[in-house]
Amino acid sequence: MTEYNFAYLDEATKRMLRRAILKAVAIPGYQVPFSSREMPMPYGWGTGGVQVTAACLLPEDTLKVIDQGADDTTNAVSIRKFFARVAGVATTEATATASVIQTRHRIPETPLTEGQILVFQVPIPEPLRFLEPRETETRTMHALEDYGLMQVRLYEDIAKHGEIARAYAYPVRVEGRYIMDPSPIPKFDNPKLDNSPALQLFGAGRECRIYALPPYTRVESLDFDDYPFTASKAAGQVCAICGAEDSYLDEVITDDAGGRMFVCSDTDYCATRVAAQAEDAA
Amino acid sequence: MTPLLQVEGLSKFYGTHLGCGDVNFTLWPGEVMGIVGESGSGKSTLLNCLAGHMAPDTGRVIFDTRTDGPRDTVTMTEPERRWLARTDWAFVHQNPRDGLRMNVSAGGNVGDRLMAVGARHYGDIRREAGDWLERVEIDPTRIDDRPRAFSGGMQQRLQIARNLVTGPRLVFMDEPTGGLDVSVQARLLDLLRGLVRRLGLSAVIVTHDLAVVRLLADRLMVMKDGCVVEQGLTDQVLDDPQHAYTQLLVSSVLQV
Repeated sequence: MTEYNFAYLDEATKRMLRRAILKAVAIPGYQVPFSSREMPMPYGWGTGGVQVTAACLLPEDTLKVIDQGADDTTNAVSIRKFFARVAGVATTEATATASVIQTRHRIPETPLTEGQILVFQVPIPEPLRFLEPRETETRTMHALEDYGLMQVRLYEDIAKHGEIARAYAYPVRVEGRYIMDPSPIPKFDNPKLDNSPALQLFGAGRECRIYALPPYTRVESLDFDDYPFTASKAAGQVCAICGAEDSYLDEVITDDAGGRMFVCSDTDYCATRVAAQAEDAA
Repeated sequence: MTPLLQVEGLSKFYGTHLGCGDVNFTLWPGEVMGIVGESGSGKSTLLNCLAGHMAPDTGRVIFDTRTDGPRDTVTMTEPERRWLARTDWAFVHQNPRDGLRMNVSAGGNVGDRLMAVGARHYGDIRREAGDWLERVEIDPTRIDDRPRAFSGGMQQRLQIARNLVTGPRLVFMDEPTGGLDVSVQARLLDLLRGLVRRLGLSAVIVTHDLAVVRLLADRLMVMKDGCVVEQGLTDQVLDDPQHAYTQLLVSSVLQV
């Protein structure tokens, strides 16, 4: 490709992004403003994640893109093809062989390793957004660690539903300091954020914010002493394709007569298990 | 004994216009101070400066903190001031909508301050909230109702419960009975008087209603055009007003 600079963005823009990323890594959980660019895709499709990925990519990188855990959904396919074209990097669907993984709504089931970068697409970076509408006030609250309001929200959940009903974008506390929105991943994935050997970067394009979790950062999900956090998923179900009991499952409606099946949301994890089972059988 | 609150030469200007000027007073533990005056006389400005909602232009507001003894709250850092506002201070607004979270249940409203100072046990928070609802005469079965579903008087009582739950030592009240009808006012005053006396609270009450100060306040300060024109014991000031404006104020009260 000669029509584009490597990875679409020009070097000055990537430099700006990298400065924001470095600051975010230096202050885990803190939302760093950056001047988000127009990308050749609509807001809500992961423009923030794409910019962060573009700033991180090197020619020798191997890129994996997932959307809701799947490698073959529109969003994942489009972004993967985009970078294959404008950066010419190798792409893969295997979590273990990827060096940069851009994700929407999931963390892969296969444990990440040192040296890998996980880039999250974030729609709303501010965990206090729907509790306090004034952005000036939420920033002050972060600065002063004034987080009682978040606990009030969890209290309201228990009072109303008997448990903390939040199933995704479950707020976490980073290194005992900043409260962070982990992007809309299911709360099942929250424990994977904690002490992860991989670098985790969060990009919100429309909101112009980047935040990060450096490797081996302490990440705690908020809860009450008598209502502890639980990483829940579809109860008592196993994957209908690979039989996995430990992975996060999607419920798929198969007909209009109430037929349904539960399958792994992480397609790579599921396919790897099926292949291994076929090998064992052979 | 150290005074709980000591105000020295406090002034606040809005541009060149005087908000309140050169206010000096001392509030002792367990004492209730009333501030009366007409609209625009600087009562609320003074109260907001005392409670740290507004920075005064000159003067000192020295509060006797639990841990470090007397400290000037004007020069304190913002986190320290907010901490005081959540623990040792309480602020009751005239309109309960300003002091309550309207989209959060009554229990959540009362538990808010507890959680803000670090309470993390749901059962304890809920028990405490139920307790306080009872103390302000709200049926504890309504703990999960939103304040919207409450009457004006109940909202005001809920606001008081929410403020007193962390056991503050100093309560600021801005027209706590404004906007309520007289029978509800009487009940609220009765409740306030009981709470203030039983808990040994100190309070600064801003009002234009002389009946409120007569009932609640030990001492009285009369303000006009941003300045304090007269201060003394409540009964003394009301029964034998010295300043022309105080005389006018006392004589303007409607007798039924």
